[in-house]
Amino acid sequence: MAILHTQINPRSAEFSVNSAAMLEQVQALRNLLAQVHQGGGPKAQERHTSRGKLLPRERINRLLDPGSPFLEIGQLAAYEVYGEDVPAAGVIAGIGRVEGVECMIVANDATVKGGSYYPLTVKKHLRAQAIAQQNRLPCLYLVDSGGANLPRQDEVFPDREHFGRIFFNQANMSALGIPQIAVVMGSCTAGGAYVPAMADEAIMVRQQATIFLAGPPLVKAATGEVVSAEDLGGADVHCKVSGVADHYADNDEHALAIARRCIANLNWQKLGEVQQRAPIAPLYASEDLYGVIPADAKQPFDVREVIARLVDGSVFDEFKALFGTTLVCGFAHLHGYPIAILANNGILFAEAAQKGAHFIELACQRGIPLLFLQNITGFMVGQKYEAGGIAKHGAKLVTAVACAKVPKFTVIIGGSFGAGNYGMCGRAYDPRFLWMWPNARIGVMGAEQAAGVLAQVKREQSERTGHPFSAEDEARLKQPILDQYEHQGHPYYSSARLWDDGVIDPAQTRDVLGLALSAALNAPVEQSRFGIFRM
Amino acid sequence: MSRPHLTTLLVANRGEIACRVMRTAKALGLTTVAVHSATDRDARHSREADIRVDLGGAKAAESYLDIAKLIAAAKASGAQAIHPGYGFLSENAGFARAIEEAGLIFLGPPASAIDAMGSKSAAKALMETAGVPLVPGYHGEAQDLETFRAAAERIGYPVLLKATAGGGGKGMKVVEQESELAEALASAQREAQSSFGDSRMLVEKYVLKPRHVEIQVFADQHGNCLYLNERDCSIQRRHQKVVEEAPAPGLSPELRQAMGESAVRAAQAIGYVGAGTVEFLLDARGEFFFMEMNTRLQVEHPVTEAITGLDLVAWQIRVACGEPLPITQQQVPLNGHAIEVRLYAEDPGNDFLPATGTLQLYRESAPGAGRRVDSGVAEGDIISPFYDPMLGKLIAWGEDREQARLRLLSMLDEFAIGGLKTNIGFLRRIVAHPAFADAELDTGFIPRYQEQLLPAPTPLPAAFWEAAAQAYIQSQPAQVRRDDVHSPWSSTAGFRAGLPAQTSLHLSCNGQEQALTLSQSAAPNLRLVGEQLQVDENGLRRQHLAIRRGGSLYLHWQGELQTVNLLDPIAEADASHAHHGGLTAPMNGSIVRVLVEAGQQVEAGAQLVVLEAMKMEHSIRAPHAGVIKALYCQEGEMVSEGSALVELEQS
Repeated sequence: MAILHTQINPRSAEFSVNSAAMLEQVQALRNLLAQVHQGGGPKAQERHTSRGKLLPRERINRLLDPGSPFLEIGQLAAYEVYGEDVPAAGVIAGIGRVEGVECMIVANDATVKGGSYYPLTVKKHLRAQAIAQQNRLPCLYLVDSGGANLPRQDEVFPDREHFGRIFFNQANMSALGIPQIAVVMGSCTAGGAYVPAMADEAIMVRQQATIFLAGPPLVKAATGEVVSAEDLGGADVHCKVSGVADHYADNDEHALAIARRCIANLNWQKLGEVQQRAPIAPLYASEDLYGVIPADAKQPFDVREVIARLVDGSVFDEFKALFGTTLVCGFAHLHGYPIAILANNGILFAEAAQKGAHFIELACQRGIPLLFLQNITGFMVGQKYEAGGIAKHGAKLVTAVACAKVPKFTVIIGGSFGAGNYGMCGRAYDPRFLWMWPNARIGVMGAEQAAGVLAQVKREQSERTGHPFSAEDEARLKQPILDQYEHQGHPYYSSARLWDDGVIDPAQTRDVLGLALSAALNAPVEQSRFGIFRM
Repeated sequence: MSRPHLTTLLVANRGEIACRVMRTAKALGLTTVAVHSATDRDARHSREADIRVDLGGAKAAESYLDIAKLIAAAKASGAQAIHPGYGFLSENAGFARAIEEAGLIFLGPPASAIDAMGSKSAAKALMETAGVPLVPGYHGEAQDLETFRAAAERIGYPVLLKATAGGGGKGMKVVEQESELAEALASAQREAQSSFGDSRMLVEKYVLKPRHVEIQVFADQHGNCLYLNERDCSIQRRHQKVVEEAPAPGLSPELRQAMGESAVRAAQAIGYVGAGTVEFLLDARGEFFFMEMNTRLQVEHPVTEAITGLDLVAWQIRVACGEPLPITQQQVPLNGHAIEVRLYAEDPGNDFLPATGTLQLYRESAPGAGRRVDSGVAEGDIISPFYDPMLGKLIAWGEDREQARLRLLSMLDEFAIGGLKTNIGFLRRIVAHPAFADAELDTGFIPRYQEQLLPAPTPLPAAFWEAAAQAYIQSQPAQVRRDDVHSPWSSTAGFRAGLPAQTSLHLSCNGQEQALTLSQSAAPNLRLVGEQLQVDENGLRRQHLAIRRGGSLYLHWQGELQTVNLLDPIAEADASHAHHGGLTAPMNGSIVRVLVEAGQQVEAGAQLVVLEAMKMEHSIRAPHAGVIKALYCQEGEMVSEGSALVELEQS
């Protein structure tokens, strides 16, 4: 048993500088999240509650078991995207326990633009469904939405991953035995009507919920028939006459209690089997992570200091510790679950890539979930390395990552650049969850490198045409690129576009991972079959 | 006379008195026999006995009141003696005779003595002869003003005019002076005539601020009789004793002696043997009048035991075996002061309606010097509607009255009962009342301080809900899945990513409800440690008892143990739907009369169904005029609390 002993001195000046820098970023994140949690703001909230409706976060709270954790995803979705505030993209999604079962909850926030679907609302809804499907989580949809955002219909309606995919997913998840429960607590018009209609069980709140394919104005326009919304598609119609809904609720709270009963009656069994142990806290406080990560992103740090603050008892059995040392691989337990960790400790060389591929094979054969701690500027470049076959060695790692079917989790704790992103299980490699720390940066390459490459190209062009390329010219060219890369590489930019599942406080990483691991074990741990490893 | 051989004692009773009698019997080395009804098969008195006999039946008449079954039980178990406890057959001369005829010992007075005190009027005549003071009065046939004037003159004003056929205050008038007599008599006669169809009146001395003071007497078979000091039982609610203490505050030794000697004369006049109690009314001027004699061990005997150091049950057994009393009158101790309160399963907020159900939580005060609890229940027991709802008694002894009172208060605070309503809060308010502390004792105490003793329910304050919610969530057990035993999802800390922890609870308590959203960081000053909720405020840390049992949290708050539950929205919705015209049973009981039939038109207030529970009849009345749409009960049927009895349609 190998215990990681820290080399960090929490009383050093460096530690306090680092700590202060990280804390500032964490505090900014908390402030932003607190603001997002206000939804459409006090006025819209008051209008909402004055109708006897609970606010969406309160709905979720009441739906959950008392004191249950809620692992929210995409909290920053649509942040500074549309030129207007659409907090959390108008839909709250996350995992929580209901009657002892981990469920995916998707709740429209009617205080945000009437709960209408912006492109990122659709994307977030689909992301929540993807998580539910991958991890086999029962879905609870708390429906209160005006439907598609009509001015942006071209971005929400027609494509493969647009609005229609929601119902496609419902049908297919239901086919897979993943329960789909809809609680209609407000309007649910047109396409939206299929959320309850496609659900396994649907609950409606009287005098508040409506379901129809076409609302009263459209009906009048189409056929001249004049009918009230309640008479057209209220709970009385659908629970007593049409049978579109199954359960009749007096109010929000009643509806949520019925939804809890639906889950209680699922006879739910988790199918992921791993050898679990009693969890033990790490030897070092998680808040120390603030001081571990250098304030200056260019400074290297030993990733074992991070691992020591994430895993049970800080026990880490390293694999090939003396080979390919820029990729740290090893086995540990996290919240009692076995986990195989790959963590960057420098640039990726051929040896490190081979070692990583080998290690992933071990984890997959043994059914152990994988954790990737990304802090990678990329694979090594240069003639020597190309000649050494860095591309084929890198491809081995990418193949292993791509084909690994055990649950994969990725946390970007520093840089995430270029092919390093691929080799370390970036978004495209289907990790069950991907989170970023507030200090992380993401991009095809670093801002400096990108600007440098572009300046280089420009200089060559200029010099070919006989124009001089001064240092001022170079600076003038580089600055906007530096600015753009810095802006687009920021985790908020990434999170707003759902390239990740959220920006998290480093100190909460262990808890977030524990919850995610446990949730992932609702699905069976599958066998992996790997593609051709180029030798 | 050869001493009877006594090795085995049967207790023909249940509840705390059965347990208490058996405790002494066991201490004396006797084998104890309990009898129980079918309902009481697992009751504490059955559990604690060496031998138990099933009498069958649920109702008292089929069990504890069935003399033949009791004698047979004694024979079968080999008991040589029967202790009747109090209530049931304890003052039934027929029972005493049947026991004697069966060749067994009755741990009570001779049947003749029970008979002598059984008839109130005959008893009064006997007492008059024996020189025991009676409330002066006139009970004759002549009804003219002159007769009453003469009688009132003889008795002395103020006097009380009462209808002979009366009750409930009708036809009752207090007359302060002679000038008021004529008018009062005429008015009372009119009222009596209209209320009872009988205008006959009687007149008695009006006892001012009467106190109920009783003397414990004890007689042996050799003609010795002692008085073991007095008890003050003035704190009563509708003639039911609530608080009893000994000695009576402010009673002079002379008066004690006068009352004691009167009581001994009363006992000797009827050839009394064993433990008995002579009850007197004591007026504000120190005059006392005989009321009645209870020919049994009283509920409140422990206060006498506390100040004398004697065990009255042990004495009962010795006397029954023919032993003489071990001490003389001069040797009777009087040491310190003792106060007892009677703990009932009842709802003071709902006219003291008896409460039934399961004791989900039952914890007695800690034992200690000067503290005594006589109880007949344990946690998990079911309080049925068939018997008296007394759970037990708390008795505190102190070197003086104030010490006893403070000790009793702390005992009341330590008591924790959940699952049904009790009178603990009511008892606490009495004992804590300044007038009680000042020993302002008379039978008008409870009515006089009604508003303070039974305060109207007020909304529970925000601080309570905050404390309740914190205690609730902090005592919420982790929901462990067998297929994921150590899952962090089982945590109840309300984890949120990037935000303070959050938990929403919609709580209900005592008919009130409150939705709260707790933020972990908002309440570091409320921490549940074991069963104590620590509340830090202004540098002080106070503790509130907080006990979790299943879905219920019991939180001690300002002298009351509050029961906090999560609101069940489904049950709420069902209840709101069920309320359409349905009339339900207010408590468990049996239907004794159904006074209407389906289709019948009834007026508002009409009696529809009569329910009997706890020896009391409760009428279900029409809340409004209407037509009986359906009847869901029939006479003789047992119904449980909340079950629908009648459906009434508004007309």
